[in-house]
Amino acid sequence: MTNTESFEPVLLEAVGIENGGTLEQYRSRGGYAPLEKLLAEKQPADVVEMVKSSGLRGRGGAGFMTGVKWTFLPKDHPGPVYFCVNADESEPGTFNNRILMEDDPHQILEGTIISAFATRASTAYIYLRYEYPQSWNSLQAAIDEAYAAGYLGQNIRGSGFSLDIYLHRGAAAYICGEETGLIESLEGKRAWPRIKPPFPAIEGAFHKPTVVNNIETMACVAQIARRGVEWFRSIGIPADPNNPRDPGSYGPKLYCLSGHVEKPGCYEAPLGITARELIDRFGGGVWKGRRAKAVIPGGISMGVMTENELDTPLDFAGPGRVGCLGLGTAAVVVVDETVSIVDFLHNSCRFFAHESCGQCTPCREGTSWSLRMLERIRAGKGRLKDLDLLAEIGSTMGMMPGSTICGLADGAAWPIKNCIAKFRDEFEEYIKQTNPTGYMETDPVPALPIVTAH
Amino acid sequence: MIANRKVLTDNMVARIEALAPRYPTKQALTLPALHIVHDELRHVPLDAVVEIAQLLDLAPAQVQDTLTFYQFFYQDKPHGKVRAFVCRSISCALRGGEQVLDHLCEKAGIKPGETTADGSLTVEPAECLGACDFAPCMLAGDDLHKDLTPEKADAFLEAVRGRTS
Repeated sequence: MTNTESFEPVLLEAVGIENGGTLEQYRSRGGYAPLEKLLAEKQPADVVEMVKSSGLRGRGGAGFMTGVKWTFLPKDHPGPVYFCVNADESEPGTFNNRILMEDDPHQILEGTIISAFATRASTAYIYLRYEYPQSWNSLQAAIDEAYAAGYLGQNIRGSGFSLDIYLHRGAAAYICGEETGLIESLEGKRAWPRIKPPFPAIEGAFHKPTVVNNIETMACVAQIARRGVEWFRSIGIPADPNNPRDPGSYGPKLYCLSGHVEKPGCYEAPLGITARELIDRFGGGVWKGRRAKAVIPGGISMGVMTENELDTPLDFAGPGRVGCLGLGTAAVVVVDETVSIVDFLHNSCRFFAHESCGQCTPCREGTSWSLRMLERIRAGKGRLKDLDLLAEIGSTMGMMPGSTICGLADGAAWPIKNCIAKFRDEFEEYIKQTNPTGYMETDPVPALPIVTAH
Repeated sequence: MIANRKVLTDNMVARIEALAPRYPTKQALTLPALHIVHDELRHVPLDAVVEIAQLLDLAPAQVQDTLTFYQFFYQDKPHGKVRAFVCRSISCALRGGEQVLDHLCEKAGIKPGETTADGSLTVEPAECLGACDFAPCMLAGDDLHKDLTPEKADAFLEAVRGRTS
């Protein structure tokens, strides 16, 4: 395995290079040559096999095997098949897609063209969140260059394969990052996630077979085509030989580091770097010489680790071992010791109450009531009983399979569950201090009007 | 074609129709059409909803349903000439984002979500803008304002007022 010390950035190789995002510059780094070779020599099934054998797992948050996802497409479908690239990056703390799109858009396009070839799609949509105007400009410029150079359009470089890529602009809704929410939004409807099955591979956009993959996944596909399966598998954490269900954590990963560190930024490292090493070596340590109180391992929906859990490796399996939901988007947010965990959880609950799409009852009610309780606690009217109620929401909302349609409730629940379990003493202390005469009460109380969510 | 359109200009209609070959259904043009109108008018009045629906062979209720879901599009009146989103999600909140939001609003004489009386500026709290490496941050038009401080917020406000006075 490549160790972290000697690892050279690959996905981020264009960052810091002047005009690193142009077609000319991308080709000078070896870009698009793999695509031409692959189109000339390989069949779509070979490319699916290449990505499958690389062990690449989707970088958007769920970590599903990318090549396996592609095999779910029907074999004999007359088409069309649609390919969607998910650039709705909205998970708090996450910005790696933005950097890839702004600094190296051709890497994304090459990965997308290869992936569309593998899945026999002739139309690809990049669903880009509204908040990324610079990404829109750089991607559109790259698309224009790629059409002019014959990498997009009819009969790409004489291969007989044709592909159009279109940018589609979102309208500021977190739920559009859920793949069936994205599809509904693309179709022009409210972004309510769909009940599955059918999965998008069978019936997705416009009732046709559809693949949805993340931007960073596209960058990985481009690099696998350029550097090979063995290269990809030499990086990261191999599958546990004693666990046949563990697909391993192969390849480089972009870690977004933010919050209370000296040097926030997007850093590339082999999958499996520990949170502590990431914070200390890349981030320059916790800012102002302070200690970390809590660290988000991969976007706020993954929950939190305590200072004692920072040696957890940030591969797909690591965060789960310390009670977090998973690696998520690998967005690491450091919360220093001066922050009240009550304020932290309030921020998380406000986000999910705002972004719940309202379709499923446990999520709509659970996110709303958890925020109301946190508002009341912060207003000095908390009771110890509230912590039991919050813990109940945290351990039930979205947990029963099928009780909610998508994973948003799960993601909203995890920070609540982790915060109450790992920082209960601090919550109790806060409630006793701010509500000295009423903290033991258990009678129902009216909710305060919510003033900070909308 | 639609006779007597009140809101959609020929140019808007041409831009919407130019996108049609990209999608297998007309309904998929809903968000692009809403953006085209909203970019120009800073709101999408009900008449425009009806006209978009006619253009796309949809019921106005379908377009209105999509419009209202996103809470992004203004309808009854336009947002300010400049629309600023100040991030309040966790990475920005940890580095003073909410204080900057409050400071900016106070100086502008509005509450979060409101537009100044002269119509020059709307300030809205936003969820994660995906620029946590520059927290706290703000998106105003196409410009990302990085590592915000109250002083930078003051300078921004002055620039907005200068531009529109």
